[in-house]
Amino acid sequence: MAKMKKSGAVLVLGGGVAGVQSALDLAELGYYVYLVEKKASIGGVMAQLDKTFPTNDCSL
Amino acid sequence: MVEAGRSPNIEILSNANLLKLEGQPGAFEAVVRQNPRYIDEDKCTACGTCTMYCPRPIADTYNERLNVSRAVHIDYAQAIPATYYIDPKACMRVNFETCTLCAQTCTAQAIDFSQQPKELILNVGAVILAPGFGRLDSEVLARFGYGRFPNVVTSLEFERLTCASGPSEGHIVRLSDGTTPKKIAWLQCIGSRDETCGNGYCSSVCCMYAIKEASVAKEHEPDLDISIFFMDVRTHGKGFDESRRRAQEKYGINVIRARVPRVDQVDGRLALTWVAENGVSHSDIFDMVVLSVGLDAPEDALPIADITGIELNKYDFCRTSAGAPLSTTRPGIFVAGAFQGPKDVPESVTQATGAAGFASELLAEARNTRSVSITYPEEDAALMAEEPRIGVFVCHCGVNIAGVIDVKAVRDYAATLPGVVLYENMIYSCSQDALKTLANKIKEHRLNRVVIAACSPRTHEPLFQETLRSVGVNPALIEMANIRDQCAWVHAQEPEAATEKAKDLVRMAVAKAGFLSPLPPQTVPVTPRAIVLGGGAAGMNAALSIADQGYEVVLVEKGDRLGGNLARLKWTWDGQDAQAILSDLIKKTQNHSRITIKLNSTLDSINGYVGNYVSTLQTPKGIETVEHGVMVMATGGKEYRPKGYLYGANSNVVTQLELEERLSKAHRRGDRPVAPTLKGVDSVVMIQCVGSRGDDMAHCSRLCCAQAVKNALKIKEMKPDTRVYVLYRDIRTYGFSEDLYREARRQGVIFLRYELERRPEVIECKGDRPGAPTKLAVRCFDAMLNEDIELPANLVVLSTGVAPAENEALSKLVKVPVTSDGFFLEAHAKLRPVETAAEGVYLCGLAHGPKTLDECISQAKAASAKAVIPLAKGRVAVAPIVSKVNQDACIGCGLCESLCPFNAIRLVKMDKRRKAETITASCKGCGICASHCPTLAISMGGFTDEALFAQIHAWAGLALNDEKRRRREL
Repeated sequence: MAKMKKSGAVLVLGGGVAGVQSALDLAELGYYVYLVEKKASIGGVMAQLDKTFPTNDCSL
Repeated sequence: MVEAGRSPNIEILSNANLLKLEGQPGAFEAVVRQNPRYIDEDKCTACGTCTMYCPRPIADTYNERLNVSRAVHIDYAQAIPATYYIDPKACMRVNFETCTLCAQTCTAQAIDFSQQPKELILNVGAVILAPGFGRLDSEVLARFGYGRFPNVVTSLEFERLTCASGPSEGHIVRLSDGTTPKKIAWLQCIGSRDETCGNGYCSSVCCMYAIKEASVAKEHEPDLDISIFFMDVRTHGKGFDESRRRAQEKYGINVIRARVPRVDQVDGRLALTWVAENGVSHSDIFDMVVLSVGLDAPEDALPIADITGIELNKYDFCRTSAGAPLSTTRPGIFVAGAFQGPKDVPESVTQATGAAGFASELLAEARNTRSVSITYPEEDAALMAEEPRIGVFVCHCGVNIAGVIDVKAVRDYAATLPGVVLYENMIYSCSQDALKTLANKIKEHRLNRVVIAACSPRTHEPLFQETLRSVGVNPALIEMANIRDQCAWVHAQEPEAATEKAKDLVRMAVAKAGFLSPLPPQTVPVTPRAIVLGGGAAGMNAALSIADQGYEVVLVEKGDRLGGNLARLKWTWDGQDAQAILSDLIKKTQNHSRITIKLNSTLDSINGYVGNYVSTLQTPKGIETVEHGVMVMATGGKEYRPKGYLYGANSNVVTQLELEERLSKAHRRGDRPVAPTLKGVDSVVMIQCVGSRGDDMAHCSRLCCAQAVKNALKIKEMKPDTRVYVLYRDIRTYGFSEDLYREARRQGVIFLRYELERRPEVIECKGDRPGAPTKLAVRCFDAMLNEDIELPANLVVLSTGVAPAENEALSKLVKVPVTSDGFFLEAHAKLRPVETAAEGVYLCGLAHGPKTLDECISQAKAASAKAVIPLAKGRVAVAPIVSKVNQDACIGCGLCESLCPFNAIRLVKMDKRRKAETITASCKGCGICASHCPTLAISMGGFTDEALFAQIHAWAGLALNDEKRRRREL
């Protein structure tokens, strides 16, 4: 079988903190990313949090 | 988030679902359906007029339905994409073709009802699943009065109540009457550790977030009376126990150990009844009850599994294993975040980076084939050399600034300042449309200096700098006047004085702007090699990942073999053979052509900076020099050596790892393994937190609870009639390992809780008859009986936890600090969990803190992914704000060299004289050298002496020329 050509793009499903972080790192690593989010904006639940533990930083 | 919105290599497809995924690792074809927003993203300026006119109210889901929004809206001001959208379910135009008010009022003409759903076919090499977690069924919440009693709220609703931009503007109020509650209870484990609702697992995050919410509540309302009802207090994360202790001490939060079965409403207040540990029943009345809701599997877990062809576990989370925590059952598809199992932000971020690393390993040969880079127009040198043509932009920041400061007056004042050729107001200067306007104005008016009077440069300066670059102006030619954080916000009560201060700040910024000069962007090439310190599970995983991504690795292990602590582990908590995982790992590492293994070796010195390190290794063959671009620290931790408990004095007192070693020497008899060590043993007592959480080490070792339960079950499997006791403080079998805990109780393992002040004591008793060997027993306090009891034991097992390795020397060498617990400190607990204070040095495994094998592997993958970023880029950018030595003025005193905390300045011989010289790539621009230089020979890019003097004089109301004249006259 001929060697298949690999794609330099990645699909990330979910635009919460994990999805966004994956997308950012992949972009930095030299890949093109499709960040697929079912809602109208990214950020997920973390964007709803007032502060985050243990340092009580603002989450946005 | 904003970065993701700006990256040219991230295409955000919001309102979109995955419909189909076909193909194989390296070459998948995905079909994605994107539903219309009905608003043109390119035209929308996010001004909000449409929402103002929309007649259709809907519940504001961003605020947990505690507020009302409109069919056309944006979730929150900072949302990405920064475009409004129309909820098709609520919109009257979409459903009934009746209303077009939004379209009529939108001045940008961005509303577009002709938009149709789009189906996109995407060719991708890998897929990362990060759909997060789902919400509990309302039925589960209804058991606790939620929905019936308005003052029973979920923890997420409470989160919105404490938020300044939330529905109550940060005031904690009862939803029934809007009054401030005096007494609040948090109920833990709602929808977690509860088989009756199908969620047998522990959600891992609720204990900590309840303590956080309670602390925040106390900060809002110091007189609040707060109780939290725990079964176990599971604050097992790094630094979490410490922050729990602080919260309890500082805020006086009552910790009650009980599970409250139901909530009743009595005269508008909420009644709770519970049974304490000693069996006594209590009841109390509260004004408000917060349900600490657990993390459910995502609502779309089944369709996702169906479409992608991956398997789920019994709780509908993604199926993974302890040896491969980020791999789904389908090759080429990886998982990160809460879908892999309930977890907090730092762990989600770590897994996300780790999953990116996996994808990068798979697709290494296709790196940079699809990515795009932004190109900027050449800088207009002639324009920049002209006399300053300054443009001043005064931002309203909505009402943040304009609500206090008379922004028009500030703008008009700017017009009177020297060099200012353009002065304007902007509603939100950081918004996409404002940036476009800014770019156009710079071109139109040929501006060569820009002053933005808005917020702190920390917030948005890079955004403005990029705008300058986009029109051929050097990014250093911008100055920000912080009239928000340092003016409008702090002087909200004195609008007139604030306006005057804003004028002062603008005058100073304009004065400084006149002296800004272009700074060339610099990059340096990267040595494409990594050093990995430590040859345990984390180190080998990191080395393999970097090597698989295409780069050379030198793996340095101080011992004489690979394996680290994993060599002593026999089974993972999910029942896999740990030694099989290890031998596979060692084989791969030894056979990898890009990995060089240095056994019996240590790091001797490290010099340089990210991309260009030169290190020396102490090896059996002597000192070896290695040039490398990055380094991963995976130096591990060690088993704590217990003091007391007769450990070492009695051979039947062992640690968990020693027990595991003994149990592993079992042979099979019939269908059951039999371990000789259990011969004659009918009672085993395990003691948790030996060393951890108070004795010698303050931290929780995180893995011992699951380890003890795992080994207790192993004993029960081998010899079911053995009595096994576990003496514990909190059982912290978080995540899915809670299943083991439940199984252990089901099989008759007895769990007894002890308090720190009443530690169990191991004692030796004489045998029943003279000459008989002494017997072991454990004395402990039984809360139920309210007295001390003695448990006879043939075997006492100490859960000794994880102690840090000898990290101090390495810490000094690499300049990465350690925490008070002795583990290495990451750059940021949440957002940069595997990076360190030293740029280009990354951290993983037990060196970072106690963690399980699967967590070590995820973190190792994350550290290596981060380490590969500079290697893959090939060049690292150097911040333009660095020190520069005027060597004519330098007297070679060496003060700067001795003071520089980054070894970024050195003395060189020039014409037989010593002169200082900046090593630009190492310089962090702190300015210590410049401020100490006795001959003022050092200047900082962007902060030259003349620019700063001009700024100071402008504050004092002096023009620089007057000052010069005055000096001459003196």
